[in-house]
Amino acid sequence: MVKPLLSIQNLSVEYASKRGQVKAVTDVSLVLDEGSTLGIVGESGSGKSTLGFAILNLIPLPGRIVAGRITFDHTDILKQNEDDMRRIRGGQISIIFQDPLTSLNPLLKIRDHFTELLRIHSPSTSKEDAISKAGQLLDNLAISPERLSDYPHQFSGGMRQRVMIGLALALNPRLVIADEPTTALDVIVEAQILELMKRLKDEYGLTVILITHNIGIVAEMADRIAVMYAGQIVEMGPTNDIFADPLHPYTKGLLESAPNILHPERSMRPIPGSPPDLITLPSGCKFHPRCSRVFEPCRIREPLPVECNRRLVACHLYD
Amino acid sequence: MTRGCLLLPFVEVTGLRKYFPVQRSFLENAVSRKHEFVRAVDDVEFTIEKGETFGLVGESGSGKTTTGRLLLRLIEPTSGKITIQEKDIVSAHPNELRDFRRQAQMIFQDPTAALSPRMTIGQAIKDALDIHQIGSSNTRKELVLQMLDRVGLVPAKLFYDKYPHQLSGGQRQRAVIGRAMILEPHLVVADEPVAMVDVSIRAQILNLLLSLKRDLGLTYVFITHDLATANYFCDRIAIMYLGKIVEVGLREEVFNSPKHPYAVALMSAIPVPDPQHKLQRTLPRGEIPSPINPPAGCRFHPRCPKAFDICSIKEPGMIKISQTHRVACHLFSVEEQKLLQPDA
Repeated sequence: MVKPLLSIQNLSVEYASKRGQVKAVTDVSLVLDEGSTLGIVGESGSGKSTLGFAILNLIPLPGRIVAGRITFDHTDILKQNEDDMRRIRGGQISIIFQDPLTSLNPLLKIRDHFTELLRIHSPSTSKEDAISKAGQLLDNLAISPERLSDYPHQFSGGMRQRVMIGLALALNPRLVIADEPTTALDVIVEAQILELMKRLKDEYGLTVILITHNIGIVAEMADRIAVMYAGQIVEMGPTNDIFADPLHPYTKGLLESAPNILHPERSMRPIPGSPPDLITLPSGCKFHPRCSRVFEPCRIREPLPVECNRRLVACHLYD
Repeated sequence: MTRGCLLLPFVEVTGLRKYFPVQRSFLENAVSRKHEFVRAVDDVEFTIEKGETFGLVGESGSGKTTTGRLLLRLIEPTSGKITIQEKDIVSAHPNELRDFRRQAQMIFQDPTAALSPRMTIGQAIKDALDIHQIGSSNTRKELVLQMLDRVGLVPAKLFYDKYPHQLSGGQRQRAVIGRAMILEPHLVVADEPVAMVDVSIRAQILNLLLSLKRDLGLTYVFITHDLATANYFCDRIAIMYLGKIVEVGLREEVFNSPKHPYAVALMSAIPVPDPQHKLQRTLPRGEIPSPINPPAGCRFHPRCPKAFDICSIKEPGMIKISQTHRVACHLFSVEEQKLLQPDA
């Protein structure tokens, strides 16, 4: 029996705005086993990135975690003080962002990004040790250690993302959250980074949360998938099962609306309408105004997640 | 081929080049006389038949967007010839261009930037009719309402008076499409029309473009970095790399049997939405080099897994694989093959 590394219970996150509370994440629960890769799929505004930030307790103001509990390896994340939390961030849980250029400091050499990180977390590290550690990391990411004295602008997009991955792994974290790690990259570079991530996951024995809108990437990378819509997980289960037989109409719609390079003859069937406004969410099931299989209870009652063949699905069709 | 030789293709592009001068500081100008250029598009050649969807596919920096803009003469080419409907676009006088612009429209990637925040959707679309003086002022509004209805912004009367910020991303892109279509163009250049639209909405927009094409008998140039979408949408595809077309052919030719090592790499890089699919990737080393000093010979040779001596010296010409399929790679040239295997 693999032990869960991370468990999230009934997490809700809201952002205050002039028009009202934006319900970015509503009542999300999930359990992540050590060594697994969970793909979180959803459109923009589905709450997938907010969920990632919440795990690091990094929700920026005016956002606030309004309810829920996040347990990482027996530690209650939301009850840690700022000093302890800082040790967890980077040391235990690290994050890779979408845009490596805005995540690296343009005034610091690549080397200084690494030495700063390594020496803040373990002040006894000498500068020389930190630099040699950084060199080894870069070498493993197929970047020549000589380039440690370069600045971020001298790196290409793919190399910057490699540096970001190196920084995320520098302190040997156990959980890595990758938030759209390849969205800003070209196809070939994207594939290079995905291959790199697969190798590193095995080498470092990582647990990974991969946040993306690209279902092709989760199909390739994830063991399990959580599909998010309007701040909620509507379906969660093993990748193979979800692709073979999507239960929730939104999951089905998402899979059918994406082009498949192997089957161009399959027409892309769009989901009608557009994602809802997170301030004035629809009643009942949040997906019901766009759902092709909507019936009476969908408009009135919110569906609760039910277990259905190793899978969780929140839809009245399976009540 | 039964077509008369006098009849030109719908669009014919030959020797098209666009070099952008590299901005230099005052000091650099004083010190050196050497002018550098970004060779965004370098000797590109293709034809498009009427009613076809022609895909220009490539990574960022490949020159696909510049080619699209040159086609509508939104920017001036450095050299080359563009003929659209037997009309020379490059040498056309600005007065003639106005008429041409009515027949050739562009759909941009970012619908938010393409719509004025101070104009209602109705005004923005009607503006196109006003500029080209189509219809009387009474009929114009009626035409706009019909178009709003056609692109799925219903009820049209409601959307006519809405401002862009009141619309979702997908609705804005519908409005941009409506504005392009209201002039009844013959040729539409769509530059990444779904890149900024939410995943679940993309198929809506693509299917709308397909149905408009069917109804209005349009010819599309579809610019994209997304090969899966190109495979769904295009009849013929040109793959660009560093300002050059490296392979061109029917969709099924390019996707089912890509010839150029770069095309092969691109195809193998695409994530497949099927967890059972076993990926066999042959990825090239590194990333696209700078278009300021592109590599000599074949521009892909420093990254190419199959490069041999000639590739770094001689630039490959277009080699015919079939009547419709052509590739710019020495691997497929008969003479080079002989040199490579002298005994054969």
